[in-house]
Amino acid sequence: MTRTLKLRIWRGDDKTGGLQDVTVEANHGEVVLDIIHRVQATQMGDLAVRWNCKAGKCGSCSMEINGKPRLACMTQVASYPEDEVITITPLRAFPVIKDLVTDVSFNYKKAMEIPTVSMPEGVKPGEPRMQQIDVERSQEFRKCIECFLCQDTCHVIRDHEENKKSFAGPRFFIRIAELDMHPLDTLRNRKKTAQEEHGLGMCNITKCCTEVCPEHIRITDNAIIPMKERVVDEKYDPLRWLGSKIRKREGIL
Amino acid sequence: MADFTVPALTRIWRTLDKGSRLLLMATGVFSQGRAKITERTLRTDKWWLQPLITFSVLIAFIFYATLRAFENANYFAEPLISPFYSPCLSDACVPGSSLLGHLFPIFHVWGMTFSPALFILIFPLGFRMTCYYYRKAYYRSFWMSPPACAVAEPHAKYTGETRAPLIMQNMHRYFFYAGLVFNVLLTTDAILAFRNSEKQWGHMSVGTLVLLANATFLWFYSLSCHTCRHTVGGRLRNFSKHPIRYKAWTLVSKLNHYHQNFAWVSLIGVALADVYVREVATHAITNWYFF
Repeated sequence: MTRTLKLRIWRGDDKTGGLQDVTVEANHGEVVLDIIHRVQATQMGDLAVRWNCKAGKCGSCSMEINGKPRLACMTQVASYPEDEVITITPLRAFPVIKDLVTDVSFNYKKAMEIPTVSMPEGVKPGEPRMQQIDVERSQEFRKCIECFLCQDTCHVIRDHEENKKSFAGPRFFIRIAELDMHPLDTLRNRKKTAQEEHGLGMCNITKCCTEVCPEHIRITDNAIIPMKERVVDEKYDPLRWLGSKIRKREGIL
Repeated sequence: MADFTVPALTRIWRTLDKGSRLLLMATGVFSQGRAKITERTLRTDKWWLQPLITFSVLIAFIFYATLRAFENANYFAEPLISPFYSPCLSDACVPGSSLLGHLFPIFHVWGMTFSPALFILIFPLGFRMTCYYYRKAYYRSFWMSPPACAVAEPHAKYTGETRAPLIMQNMHRYFFYAGLVFNVLLTTDAILAFRNSEKQWGHMSVGTLVLLANATFLWFYSLSCHTCRHTVGGRLRNFSKHPIRYKAWTLVSKLNHYHQNFAWVSLIGVALADVYVREVATHAITNWYFF
């Protein structure tokens, strides 16, 4: 069973561009990425699109479909009404390179600013033993496929380019949370740097990152808010601060 | 005569949209280097509906709660007391309504007696204002920051919760502790409602059920709170060393999943409990006793 699909695809580069109308056939069960490939094969041979696994696991085909950040390979054409024109654009939080391909290097720079896990002295690779209940929180965050849809939808950088220098974004808050919750990590300033260097305080928890995550990671509830609470422990709670001075709690936690 | 037809409102929205786009032309989705798209959003669904509903319900509640807080009457009908006025701590409280005695004298502001509700409402108000769920709700619906996901916000600058006054959101845990005290007091009110109007125990009325439901909703709202989740165990690094706190954290995490639902149910519950007590106090309805 086929249907005729009307598309508007954004084409251009960082200087100029616009939406172009396309009509194409779509087969039952196809996803938006299949349709883009058909357009590329039949009508727009030079259409640029980034893709790889077609299984929702590589995070390459992130784009905006009818204004919503989505993975093209996980978006069923059948989820749109027959008469609806589907608009496809590149991610709008990042600089465009060509057509549907954006420059997401901002995210790699932010990744490099976060120190990796710091194991206790003398612990050799393969030696650490941790119980499942101690690592299960962090395992949710390891599902991240780095599609950067959460980064794209986060209004702190999407709507304010100037914040990019001081805000790491939800993808990296789950990375910081993962490390701060790590039972063996010895780096003790992650909360402080999360707030002062990575811009955790700029997040106003409107949960868009959670809404668009294709891996259904509860970014806000399980990573950002717990990190905000940990920051409060260190920076804004005088009673906790006093308690930590008296009992040196950090060591037993 | 103002024109509130759909085409007129659409024209107004487009004008505002165009104006704010011009204002924001240099930043956000209109920044240099990003895809040249003139629309603030290309979403085709009714993204404006949810913030509109949230805005309407919260405004209705704020309007009603303000009226009731300043009314300073019809909040007590033995054995029922409105949650807006409990604990009643002022000399201005009607006889029999003070569970903890009178801590504040009567005083007047602009010729009006200062309502006893105004001494206490700052605590539940502060708890909800700093609540992680309500923050999402009102940042989206009132401040439009953003109005919905992938819909450009109309502000030229944004600093989040890093400066005053929004940095005060970090005080949420103190309001949470105060909220627990209020829950205990409102639960006590519900238990005291197992009496009749002559203060004899062993009775139960519709009002008893109303106050019990209100207290229950508030407990669920408080116990599902993100701060509660952090306090009982979320701050730990090693759950295996704290098995009881791990169990508590697991339970609160399950409740936390429904925190948004509890936030709304408890908010509406408080308002309905107050409406019921007011109706009984004004003799508009009779508090029907089961036994």
